[in-house]
Amino acid sequence: MVNDAKLSFSDVAVHYGAEKAFSGLSCEVKEHEIFGIIGPAGAGKTSLLRAINRMDDFNSEMRVSGRIALDGRDVREWRNVYALRQRIGVVFPLPVGLPLSVFENVALSPRLRGIRNREELNAIVERCLRRAALWDEVKDRLDTLGSLLSGGQQQRLTIARALSQEPEVLLLDEFSIAVDPVTTMRIEDVLRSLREELTIVLVTNLVQQARRLADRTAFMLGGELVEVGETETLFCGGTQDNRTREYLEGRFG
Amino acid sequence: MFEATERTLRDAQRERWVKAGLLVMTILLILPVAIILTVLVMRGAPMLSIEFLFEEPTNGMTAGGIFPALIGTIWLVIVALLASVPVGVAAAIYLSEYAPDNKLTRLINLAIINLAGVPSIVHALFGVGAFVIFAGFGTSILAASLTLAVMTLPVVIVSTRESLQAVPQAFRAACWNMGATRWQTIRRVVLPNAVSGILTGVILEVSRTAGETAPIMFTGAAFFLPFLPESVFDQTMALSLHLFVISTQVPNVPEGLPYGVALVLVGMVLTMNAISVALRTKLRGRRKW
Amino acid sequence: MEVSKVKLADRRTANWWIDKAVAVLVFVGGFSAVVLILGIFLFITREGVGFLVGDEFDLVEFFGSPKWRPTSDNNPTYGALALIVGTASVTGLAMLVAVPFSLGAAIYISEFATGRTKELLKVLVELLAAIPSVVWGFIGLSIMNPLIIELFDVPIGLNVLNSGVILGLMAAPIMTTLAEDALKAVPDSYREAAEAMGATRWQVSFRVALPAARHGLVAAILLGVGRGFGETMAVLMASGHSINLPSSPFDSVRALTATIAAELGETAVGSDHYQALFTLGILLFVVTFAINLAADVFVRRSDRA
Repeated sequence: MVNDAKLSFSDVAVHYGAEKAFSGLSCEVKEHEIFGIIGPAGAGKTSLLRAINRMDDFNSEMRVSGRIALDGRDVREWRNVYALRQRIGVVFPLPVGLPLSVFENVALSPRLRGIRNREELNAIVERCLRRAALWDEVKDRLDTLGSLLSGGQQQRLTIARALSQEPEVLLLDEFSIAVDPVTTMRIEDVLRSLREELTIVLVTNLVQQARRLADRTAFMLGGELVEVGETETLFCGGTQDNRTREYLEGRFG
Repeated sequence: MFEATERTLRDAQRERWVKAGLLVMTILLILPVAIILTVLVMRGAPMLSIEFLFEEPTNGMTAGGIFPALIGTIWLVIVALLASVPVGVAAAIYLSEYAPDNKLTRLINLAIINLAGVPSIVHALFGVGAFVIFAGFGTSILAASLTLAVMTLPVVIVSTRESLQAVPQAFRAACWNMGATRWQTIRRVVLPNAVSGILTGVILEVSRTAGETAPIMFTGAAFFLPFLPESVFDQTMALSLHLFVISTQVPNVPEGLPYGVALVLVGMVLTMNAISVALRTKLRGRRKW
Repeated sequence: MEVSKVKLADRRTANWWIDKAVAVLVFVGGFSAVVLILGIFLFITREGVGFLVGDEFDLVEFFGSPKWRPTSDNNPTYGALALIVGTASVTGLAMLVAVPFSLGAAIYISEFATGRTKELLKVLVELLAAIPSVVWGFIGLSIMNPLIIELFDVPIGLNVLNSGVILGLMAAPIMTTLAEDALKAVPDSYREAAEAMGATRWQVSFRVALPAARHGLVAAILLGVGRGFGETMAVLMASGHSINLPSSPFDSVRALTATIAAELGETAVGSDHYQALFTLGILLFVVTFAINLAADVFVRRSDRA
């Protein structure tokens, strides 16, 4: 295991009951990189993200095998799974604004960590909302319910909330589905600037988004990791597997 | 073509008859009760006055008011709630938020259904055996209220569980993903959004508890007591038992008196129920998601 | 991050322990339902078992003799037949009254009523279910009693008819609500499919919705029977409370539940009579338990369908 690997997977598989989501996945995500995962629906991309965060604990059907390590330590060895999840921010495709005020949505994670000082909370909330490109739209109505914001706003709220965890790893699953193109661009800028501080795993169905953002990209297909490579290499014809090239050229998926 | 039209007409006509018939059945279900309630109000209303509510029964319960019974019912309800709400809410949280889908959970659910289905007089026997004799509480408010609490526990559990489950699963998943523990998720997000639903259930339980007679007959409610209870170890009068006593056990009760008591009891119970229904309707109209 | 720092981050914090403690606590709350139902059975058995195994108890007499004379000085007898028949006749009549009306009302509310009418009817039915049983008993005593005497020209209006009708009115709202729930659980896609084939509303209701909901409807009726069987105050006050094997609806009867309610206060703790009343309680518990179990089996089947 190389030391600069933030996340490492070896022979990971996820099953739901008798159904296989993916299997035999081995690769590494380096610290401070944006790692793109592309592939058509049903490739197992979302299941991979769920496994990192140990969401299988909440789904009796879901079984994870193999080894997923964060900083060289198997996530299943963590005694305090909540501390593990707090280090990993997740943004799912459908935004979930909690039925709390916008302020409390973002202040929740700091509060759970025991931060009570109002000024400190104010500062965290403003910082996270600014980074998620939402501050200007909501700064005058921090008291409205987060669950009543528009879809695009809720998605940025979800990102702000994930950032409020002060995570080391940010997992994004097709975040742009519920967001308009302009906002997508703004969030993409945010992600680029975040690379300085954390490691980002970006699952996307938009091949061009992976090209714009990812340092390296993995291609998954039908429950299998086809290949991993430098994004520029992959997109400039340097694929090792024909299926990857065909997908990038838009022939299926 | 012609045939089809005729058939359609016949179907439409039959449809009207079926609908009318069912409507009549529905009305027949409600109408007798409406008439009965009207009679209760007509005969009971003349009895009602401030004195009736705030005076003691006199002349061997053939005159005077219902104050000790009213106060007694309030005692019984409050002590029963103190026992059943914490346990019931805990049980509902377990069933809604923790319970895996296994045999043990099915056993618990079955126990709740049966707890609700056991006849009230059997609950009374249990109260006598467990609280009055075994626990040594004697016939007291404590014994009677605990019996009522056991009996109405399913009401709290079922209504609380329902309002907890009405909170979308996505909110929980979002919290868990942030590293919130199950309990933090419940306390910060699930409970605050279910609390009004739980309140609705509790009000419903109050109305059930206030109306029960059989479970308190032998566990703590007395036919007649000239003084008010001072602690949970005292016996007490209760409105429901008072209605039973003056309409069956006491001679020469003037006709209007039991109607007055019945009206107060029904008024109390239905008001509670109506509040609960109104609250529920209002909540439904003001969803937060 | 170095391994030592990971270890530091992975501590069981106060929140972790609180979470575990709450999990245990709420489990205790949930399991208390099981403890209580077992406790009910244990405690009524504890108080009644002395009689069940004693000399006074005779199974044939208990189920075969209508002579319930526990207070007789020289020869007390404990035949519960009249009480069982009393309960059965009152419950039977109540179901005769309640089943058709509550099913009809449930179908109307679920399949025909719409919008505000539907909401109003549901609320009304719910409020009916809330009227306390002692009030129903009082209604039987003071309103139904003179009404029956006048209408049918009989000497006493406290009888099977009176308590049966009262019990029917009491059970109907509950059965209506449960039956309406069962009908509501039938997916709308079934109805739409039938309507697409040209079926009218009532054909949809009777040929599609009712058969699809049948398990739930049976469960609703069973729970209504259980409710009638266990009802105490109303039956005590409206049935006439005299030991009788009824030959007509105008005969007074006595119910199992009412017997306990009427006599427990006058017995000495631990006496044969006292224990015999707990034995009646065991009988009531076992029968209602069986009814609820059967209803649960039907509900489970409808869930699977």
